[in-house]
Amino acid sequence: MGLVGQVFDALLAIALVWLAWQATRAADLFRAVVSFIVFGLLMAVAWVRLEAPDIALAEAAIGAGATGALLLSALDRLAPRRGRSWARVWRADARTWVLWVPAVMALAGALTAAAWQLPAPGLGAVATGALEQSGVDHAVTAVLLNFRALDTLLEIGVLVLAAVAVWSMGPAPAASAPVMPSPTLPMLGRTLFPVFVLVAAYLLWRGSHAPGGAFPAGAVLGAGGILMLLAGAQPWIRSAEHGPWRAILSAGFAVMLFAAIVGALAGGAFFEYPAAIASHAILVLEVTAGMSIALLLFAVYLRGEPHPAADTDRQRC
Amino acid sequence: MNQVYPFLAAGLLLNIVVGLVRILRGPTAADRMLAAEMFATSAIVIVLLLAFVTGSFALVDVALIFSLLAALACVTFVSRAWVALEQASDDAASGPPPGDRGDTQ
Amino acid sequence: MSWTELVGGLLVIAGMPFFILGTLGLLRFPDVYTRLHALSKADNVGLGLVCVGLGIQSGSPAMMLKLLLIWVLMLVASATGAGLIARTALARGIRPWSP
Repeated sequence: MGLVGQVFDALLAIALVWLAWQATRAADLFRAVVSFIVFGLLMAVAWVRLEAPDIALAEAAIGAGATGALLLSALDRLAPRRGRSWARVWRADARTWVLWVPAVMALAGALTAAAWQLPAPGLGAVATGALEQSGVDHAVTAVLLNFRALDTLLEIGVLVLAAVAVWSMGPAPAASAPVMPSPTLPMLGRTLFPVFVLVAAYLLWRGSHAPGGAFPAGAVLGAGGILMLLAGAQPWIRSAEHGPWRAILSAGFAVMLFAAIVGALAGGAFFEYPAAIASHAILVLEVTAGMSIALLLFAVYLRGEPHPAADTDRQRC
Repeated sequence: MNQVYPFLAAGLLLNIVVGLVRILRGPTAADRMLAAEMFATSAIVIVLLLAFVTGSFALVDVALIFSLLAALACVTFVSRAWVALEQASDDAASGPPPGDRGDTQ
Repeated sequence: MSWTELVGGLLVIAGMPFFILGTLGLLRFPDVYTRLHALSKADNVGLGLVCVGLGIQSGSPAMMLKLLLIWVLMLVASATGAGLIARTALARGIRPWSP
């Protein structure tokens, strides 16, 4: 793209830095959230420019879509603490100045040192060389669910912890209907949900041979559930102990851990699948991980522990 | 024709950057939200143009996800965030009479 | 240059002014209701022209369907979004601008 490409990249970089500044430093919380949403949008464009379609897909689904909606909905619980003025933020920072500057510098130094010691040509050649034994045709999926499946396991673990943390903040606030009820909202949920499911299944299927996979698919499916929730549907699992919820939300993590341990017990390493069944194992793990990510995002989005067995007579979809 | 597309993509990005002024200035929350919605459309076109320039058509899926999730932010905003923002500003400004709830421009 | 590429490219270029007009409206219109026009109308015409143009250029039915789906999804999103924002703004007591 030549010179135009450079102008494009410069504009993108300036906009990203400005939006990141706004998202972290804007005095008005809502402006910060909107800046974050636009930041996610442009970040996905940046990944597109860097020719990393897998990360662009994940960023579009998780960064721009699900997290933006999550932050917008979290404003509900943050709102009483408004009025974060510039002066107050600045003074609070000045007090902790001596603490965080050395800490940040030490962290940056450690990261630089770690990056310095990375193997020079990277592991790309090794990964593509071992692709035939991995069970899938797409290098990124092979890395995520075979070579470095441990990372994926831990990422799902982080999501489980997030759901636990959100639910431990107390019962979810009562669902607030739009001020002026509109027939378009339930219509939107009913019309779009099948498309969400279709696109999620498509992305999951693509993952075995092209950019796609569990993370964008899970985020899209989770976003579909969130849309249904906003359109007035109620979560269908309601019991005092949240028993089914516990089983469902931890299923993804448990299945992945089970696969890893079975691989280790069968004589291989942690997360080493026998080459004969590798593609089946990865398919099962990918579907489980995708569903688990979708349900965990949905659980986080409930903004708290769901009410046990209340108003079950409302619309169930 | 593909040689023109990088110029169009850069122009659309400039369009977004200029439009960021609306996020900075507001004045109401709705103005900021609809500016973000508009950028989604421009970002979709940028990604589509880049997909056709580079020939990697997997990028069209990125645009598909953008368009699918565009409704989500808006619906969340209307049904959750705005209610919270209004309640917060009502609590903060408990002084003025109840009739004076119009948004100051 | 084949005719599909030419027609497709011209349609894509024809879509561009709508984005500029949309941003102009976003920046210059006086209140949220008028700005909703820029959101829901101008940009989606531009997107439609770009999708049709690129679809003609690609020449593959699967790609055309995908581009069409993108456009339809954006139409649904911005139409319902504009309606919801306008209703809520009215209920919140934001008065429409009058000259």
